[in-house]
Amino acid sequence: MTDWTRASAAQMIAAMKAGEVTSVELTQAHLDRIADVDGAVHAFLHVNGEEALEVARGVDAAREAGEDLPELAGVPIAVKDILVTQGMPTTAGSKILEGWEPPYDATVTRKLREARMPILGKTNMDEFAMGSSTEHSGYGPTHNPWDLERIPGGSGGGSSASIASWEAPLAIGSDTGGSIRQPASVTGTVGVKPTYGGVSRYGAIALASSLDQLGPCARTVEDAALLHEVMGGHDPMDATSLNEPVPSCVAAAREGREGDLTGVRVGVIKELSGEGYQAGVEQRFNESLEKLKGLGAEIVEVSCPSFEYALAAYYLILPSEASSNLAKFDSVRFGMRVEKGNVERTMGATRAEGFGDEVKRRIILGTYALSAGYYDAYYGSAQKVRTLIQRDFEAAFEKADVLVSPTTPTTPFKIGERIDDPLAMYLNDVATIPANLAGIPGMSLPSGIAPEDGLPTGFQILAPAHEDARMYRIGAALEKALAAEWGGTLSSQAPELEVAK
Amino acid sequence: MSNMTYDSAMEQFDPVFGIEVHVELNTKTKMFCGCANEFGAEPNTQVCPVCLGLPGSMPVVNDKAVESAIRLGLSLGCDIRESSRFARKNYFYPDLAKDYQISQYDEPTCFEGSLDVVLDDGEVFTIGIERAHMEEDAGKNTHVGGTGGIQGASHSLVDYNRGGVPLVEIVTHPIKGAGARTAEVARAYVATIRDIVKALGISDGRMEQGSVRADVNLSLRPKAAPGEDQDVVPFGKRSETKNVNSLRAIERAIHHEAGRQADLLLAGKPVVQETRHWHEDTNSTTPGRSKEEAEDYRYFPEPDLLPVEPSREWVEELRGTLPEHPAKMRARLKEDWNFSDMEMRDAVNADALDLILASVDAGATPQAARKWWMGELARTANDREVSLCDLPVTPGHIAELQSLIDDGKINDKLARQALEGVLAGEGSPAQVVESRGLEVVSDDSALEAAVDEALAAQPDVLAKIQDGKVQAAGAIVGAVMKATRGQADAGRVREIILQRAGVEG
Repeated sequence: MTDWTRASAAQMIAAMKAGEVTSVELTQAHLDRIADVDGAVHAFLHVNGEEALEVARGVDAAREAGEDLPELAGVPIAVKDILVTQGMPTTAGSKILEGWEPPYDATVTRKLREARMPILGKTNMDEFAMGSSTEHSGYGPTHNPWDLERIPGGSGGGSSASIASWEAPLAIGSDTGGSIRQPASVTGTVGVKPTYGGVSRYGAIALASSLDQLGPCARTVEDAALLHEVMGGHDPMDATSLNEPVPSCVAAAREGREGDLTGVRVGVIKELSGEGYQAGVEQRFNESLEKLKGLGAEIVEVSCPSFEYALAAYYLILPSEASSNLAKFDSVRFGMRVEKGNVERTMGATRAEGFGDEVKRRIILGTYALSAGYYDAYYGSAQKVRTLIQRDFEAAFEKADVLVSPTTPTTPFKIGERIDDPLAMYLNDVATIPANLAGIPGMSLPSGIAPEDGLPTGFQILAPAHEDARMYRIGAALEKALAAEWGGTLSSQAPELEVAK
Repeated sequence: MSNMTYDSAMEQFDPVFGIEVHVELNTKTKMFCGCANEFGAEPNTQVCPVCLGLPGSMPVVNDKAVESAIRLGLSLGCDIRESSRFARKNYFYPDLAKDYQISQYDEPTCFEGSLDVVLDDGEVFTIGIERAHMEEDAGKNTHVGGTGGIQGASHSLVDYNRGGVPLVEIVTHPIKGAGARTAEVARAYVATIRDIVKALGISDGRMEQGSVRADVNLSLRPKAAPGEDQDVVPFGKRSETKNVNSLRAIERAIHHEAGRQADLLLAGKPVVQETRHWHEDTNSTTPGRSKEEAEDYRYFPEPDLLPVEPSREWVEELRGTLPEHPAKMRARLKEDWNFSDMEMRDAVNADALDLILASVDAGATPQAARKWWMGELARTANDREVSLCDLPVTPGHIAELQSLIDDGKINDKLARQALEGVLAGEGSPAQVVESRGLEVVSDDSALEAAVDEALAAQPDVLAKIQDGKVQAAGAIVGAVMKATRGQADAGRVREIILQRAGVEG
């Protein structure tokens, strides 16, 4: 009997069309897998089995009746708990929202329903997406399927871990400073942050509105492309949503698999290497560059001098916006309420109890940065750095079609190792943050396993705004060249999890 | 209470004031979502994830509100910024769903204008406008238990129907040089803004429903010494009186604050820079937040919205839709209608101008329209404690009533009865005349019978008339009118009496 959890989404689509498997069988297989391994991985905060199976049955019946179905119909998916889902609890990883059932669907949730994809459940995340390890979840950490003692990245550790542990073929993530790409890197999977505005943010609980972007998580570049096209497109409910057609990601990925990158200029960002980068990470990165060269690409070096200030600017802009976005969690209309006599004290007590330390840290930082007399020095300067980083990218994209770097400087660290050292934690995102500050798209795909610790390493591809398809072409080309060497996806190299039975 | 009267305060100090007017726009939907923008619905029935500030929801700008704001800005002589941004004003309050208000801060859409206001005696005073910016309204708290205030309440209820209703806030530059006419100028300014928004059709302008609300700030500074320029004397500390919601209250609030501040200054005590609350019942203010306690709103550009970038062509197109300045329109109407200064002023102050205009448009003469709206109807509105426009009488009714009189179907007295019927909801004037049987009796045989009866009852009067004392006929006219319950045509009755007496009139 085939283990359908090991198939790609593209294979599932083909098999359903060929009548080799039903959506109910696929959905059940993943629900069984979740039951088997999620006790150890803890990728899910909520499993939505009954509704998922109901959707699957509907798809199977429709297929039986010969109805036209959307491409991904019947392929199950996991959704990061940052996205509001009507009829399913949504917590954003925070205790302050424990038990809250949103009365509406996010635009992306609606699109998944319209695409008739069974939603397996809601995945774990750092509280309000603040973190790089999923250790800051109000509901306990998620474990990296490659080594359960290690972090699966963050904030979207749950989504990436669910994919790496075969609990789901696809997942939705959100990326404010790397929360899709960094977990993808440390779990050996694929993650894409689209161009800012490419996917509607309506219904995604806001962390930093000018940086947040939803995107696909998958095990292959093509699968990510399939999901990207379902998620993307203009939404009148999101004023920052781009009013332009969804990029042709799937076609680009298929073109990339042809393996010809002649004439493509790949820019290596000088500043994203060297000190702080693990030897095995750099080694796998350089091998990937060789592969690209072998496919005909030209490798050039580019310099982005303002990246030095990216982390500092990010940690002013993000907390500033977050301090305002998170004000609404005040106990008045929804979520937790700790009664304390009058409304002011009740608000205070609720926030004191409902928010975790990292959230409080950033609210305090942001409140301070926006205060009268400090605004220009902090928020104002950070916005200027943002402009400089955009200019760095513009100049670099004059010289190269895409820019590349290791996604993260190191392989995943151990749970608890950096919990008391926020700065070390923040440094994890040094390579991913610039793309958010500039609003450009970024992808992480596996580049191999670091020889020194046997853990996965990630390869980041950045493209100019609106040119998301370019990453898919180059990513798919590299993925195919590497898979030929590995004999399959990197995920299939991961140690088998012990099945709880 | 202050000891100092307004007049003596103004003799001793030079007042500087400023006004912030909030105008609620009458767009069909709210500022940032598709919910209905209507006054008076059941609490929390006009809400959605956006105006409730639910996690994940996002605002989208209502283009119609932007259009209204730009038209208002143009009417105030403002420049329209080619690119302006919304900002977040952060503060925690239960009626503020997101715990921040989306407003405009350093980049208002309309800025630097000026407005001429005409005082009762025709003097024109020019007010500098600093800005007119868009923002959203908050919900409404109702404090339950105690006296209805927040102090002593057992709990509070929040209605978010008003949350997200579009507002334009108009801020003046400091207004100097009004001296003793400060209160008058302030009142005329707010009245003019109200008239402009009504003429633009962008708001109903109803102060009693909060559609136009004013915050008035005032400071006093010493009068310049002889030969000294008043402009070099620094401003005093100001108070800002919040939510002054009628024209009369604006004048009174300035009177009160001027007196209060003058008392303090003369006693050598400092005026505290603070917000104050206006109390309509006692005509006084009490302190709110002081500057030291003032919140830091942590303004920053609203990242969920793109800048507002109206094209020049659109702005010019909107400029073409602007109505006449209310003062100009009034001068024109006064002339067209041949009203005296006092008639015009009373009509304006009674909020009757639009109603008179509409009645004239419906066919009534200006004097007749004025007489009805300013007489009978103004009294009724006053008795019922409602606005004239809330009475169940339309300008069309007034035109119809007047034409019934002009056609001789009813006389003035019957017309009053007909109007009573209209006010009682019995239908249009013609319907009331019909159903109540109010038509003038002009059938001569009926009148002759009534005259004969009255003359027979008062033979001495007949004798007097025949003796040449024609004015004695009045007693018989009165008796006939009484007998016909006022429905007789008095002129015709008189003619018949004189005929019967054999005297020529």
